[in-house]
Amino acid sequence: MNVPLPPTNGGCRTAPVLKERGQREVFCGLTGIIWLHRKMQDAFFLVVGSRTCAHLLQSAAGVMIFAEPRFGTAILEEQDLAGMADAHVELDREVEKLLSRRPDIRQLFLVGSCPSEVIKIDLARAAERLSQVHAPHVRVLNYSGSGIETTFTEGEDACLASMVPVLKNTKERELLVVGALPDVVEDQMVSLLTDMGIGPIRLLPARRIDDTTAVGENTVFALTQPFLGDTHAELERRGARHLAAPFPFGDEGTTAWLRAIATEFGVSEETFEAVTAAPRARARKAIAQAAEALRGKSVFFFPDSQLEIPLARFLTRECGMTAIEVGSPYIHDALHGPDLDLLPAGPQISEGQDVDKQLERARAARPDLTVCGLGLANPLEAEGLSTKWAIELVFTPVHFYEQAGDLAGLFSRPLRRKAVLQMEAAE
Amino acid sequence: MKLTVWTYEGPPHVGAMRVATAMKGLHYVLHAPQGDTYADLLFTMIERRNHRPPVSYTTFQARDLGADTATLFKASCQDAVDRFDPEAIIVGASCTAELIQDDPAGLAETMGLTIPVIPLELPSYSRKENFGADETFYQIVKALAKPQERTARVTCNILGPTALGFRARDDVEELTGLLSEMGIDVNVVAPLNATPSDIARLPAAHFNVLLSPETGEAAARFLDKNHGQPFTKIVPIGVGATRDFIAEVAEITGVIGRPDESRLRMPWWSRSVDSTYLTGKRVFIFGDGTHVAAHARIARDEMGFEVVGIGCYNREMARPIRALAKEYGVEALITDDYLEVEAAIEKLSPEMILGTQMERHIGKRLGIPCAVISAPVHVQDFPARYSPQVGFEGANVLFDTLIHPLVMGLEEHLLTMFRDDFEFHDDAGPSHHGGKAKAKVEEAAAPQAQPQDDNVIWLSDAEKELKKIPFFVRGKARRNTETFAMEKGLHEISLDTLYEAKAHYAR
Repeated sequence: MNVPLPPTNGGCRTAPVLKERGQREVFCGLTGIIWLHRKMQDAFFLVVGSRTCAHLLQSAAGVMIFAEPRFGTAILEEQDLAGMADAHVELDREVEKLLSRRPDIRQLFLVGSCPSEVIKIDLARAAERLSQVHAPHVRVLNYSGSGIETTFTEGEDACLASMVPVLKNTKERELLVVGALPDVVEDQMVSLLTDMGIGPIRLLPARRIDDTTAVGENTVFALTQPFLGDTHAELERRGARHLAAPFPFGDEGTTAWLRAIATEFGVSEETFEAVTAAPRARARKAIAQAAEALRGKSVFFFPDSQLEIPLARFLTRECGMTAIEVGSPYIHDALHGPDLDLLPAGPQISEGQDVDKQLERARAARPDLTVCGLGLANPLEAEGLSTKWAIELVFTPVHFYEQAGDLAGLFSRPLRRKAVLQMEAAE
Repeated sequence: MKLTVWTYEGPPHVGAMRVATAMKGLHYVLHAPQGDTYADLLFTMIERRNHRPPVSYTTFQARDLGADTATLFKASCQDAVDRFDPEAIIVGASCTAELIQDDPAGLAETMGLTIPVIPLELPSYSRKENFGADETFYQIVKALAKPQERTARVTCNILGPTALGFRARDDVEELTGLLSEMGIDVNVVAPLNATPSDIARLPAAHFNVLLSPETGEAAARFLDKNHGQPFTKIVPIGVGATRDFIAEVAEITGVIGRPDESRLRMPWWSRSVDSTYLTGKRVFIFGDGTHVAAHARIARDEMGFEVVGIGCYNREMARPIRALAKEYGVEALITDDYLEVEAAIEKLSPEMILGTQMERHIGKRLGIPCAVISAPVHVQDFPARYSPQVGFEGANVLFDTLIHPLVMGLEEHLLTMFRDDFEFHDDAGPSHHGGKAKAKVEEAAAPQAQPQDDNVIWLSDAEKELKKIPFFVRGKARRNTETFAMEKGLHEISLDTLYEAKAHYAR
């Protein structure tokens, strides 16, 4: 049995957590739209917000690849705020225009923002009304991606949680795998599980609205992302049962994650080995190559995506790094517990952020690698610290065996780059 | 409510950030929720700034709303003053904080801070980024500029350049050189690199050079009215405009300096026979009002293009751009709706666009070359090399900028000559641009399922998997896998081989 052994010095699950409250250098939940709209190809995300929301989406998306992307912002104007215009009438009109121009859209998400929450535009009511108008062709749901309620990846959580109540009901014993993954990664995962004889496998989010994702009391679910706390709660409310496991990053995380499911479905040890042996060996080999630059180096995580704890586990246990601080915007024991169990004691675990204080700690510790957001990366590089932009970890395929080497590579590249650049005069 | 896909300008508090980030010794305390910090990355990533913007965000959350966001504001304000020790602070609200009406100005006033506190009122739901920058700079100047004697020598201030400005860094340098050649010293450049004490010294100059009307005009008008400093109306972008600017400065100051024109190559480059092909090229110009006006003149009078349409996204410039359009006999397009701009370009089908990063994307889709001449900016608009737009060197730079996207003269003739040739055809793209040339033969006609080496066969599951890899690395993945298979003496590539190879080449 290749069960990951907990560290001999005890894990981090019961370690004291430094809880901080102050300026946060993180995105709001609207950012999730950037990858969610690629994943759900018949969905449109309509943010009801301000010019700031539109500007954020544009800046976070970085490039404008699409003439008419499947997301947009209904920008609130003075008259909407002054009550001179009925926000609901205005919204209905904008949605009508949008849907008539885009007949390919089958699901519409009304996404709440800071301003829409503060002035209390009831998007749930709007979604219900618009659903009636546009059913059956278009389903309209709502969630909040506002900064006052969601931090970066929590936007995906809020989106998926909004879909759970409308999933079809099933009595079947099914596996539901939850979390938006790149298609190539999702296919690998499905094929590993299928090869073990596990099925049917349902996915949330499904790629299209007509896909047959359902839920019920015989559903067991596994999370592929560590930021799906609300979705977890909604699924339990529907009677589904969570299979707690470390997250599928690296060889060890992937194996432990698959094993939790295999055990639940009574897969034999021989089958499990037969299916996982080859990809595991490949993962190990690829990690070993990429980890050369990482071994013995220290790492400091600023809170960003909630991926920090599982990634710290991967870097310390599989790449030979030492964690100095592992910051996460939020820590949910039900989700992060299994990874905290495996993370060797030592690092400061911190939750929330007071960015200036945290920067002081990072400067004092001078880690070999700092994982942080785009707003901090260049300033820290200018101070001589090597950094890895955290957002790339969310935008790149990094889950499961075949991406384990790429994942390690994302962390080793800044260090290798620093080593190759030579600009001094030749001796 | 208005549906917006892409925006030309951010909210007004981002304009305030452009001023704060440009300056030194100034701090901006911004009442804002978590998430508004995204704006930091505009400066650290797009402009590659090596420090964080000097902005403290109060980061209020939903649970604070019922409680006391005002106390949170005061705490952030005190913390910022203690930590960063600024000479002055500006305080304001982002769009969400505007709604909760905490009155940052009033709160900061009650705190008894010993440094100047400059309150900003930036209406987020009716105004935009340029207004925010202009208003912020004006408020700072109004609060800090002190009446004083003029300098003994003839000096000027350069007003308007901000962080994230289009080529502001190099324009300031070029303009300073130009003025120096005329015998005029620069007293203060602001806001770029100015401290609050520099702002206090503004009235010592004899006049102001308004480099960026979008972000500096309110301050220039204030200084004119209250400190008797006239300001220049001509922005010296282009050969003709630069000569007019020199005359304008001479008129204001009485100083008749003769700037060195020996480095000005643009007029000869434009007159030389190679440039004949530029004659009458139909161009569409869109961007901020100042750059559009300058480029309309360059396009028509200095490049010999035909201007088929102009427009701007900042409504503040609607009037001068409309007037200019009339003079050029074209319709002015005043809009910040990206889709409208695209529709206009599609209808006019120009041979080239002079625009912003947004029009560059439109051009890419419509197959029309585009030179970027105005904000909004992209990381590419911050070149490492010296690349001003103003003055004589700016004119040289612009000549290059405007011809670079085009197919060169002789090449263009060959294309016309062999219009349906399999190599020389419209889709081939200019020969000096890499990676664009496409074979005219339909790709679908030859599905390259088989590898070059017939000894290695892709099994269908591996082939299917390969197609899931993003197209821009697919070729490399295919080559690597085939090399790997050949090295291993394999004749078939299975899914496993694909990933064995991936692991083999992993770094």
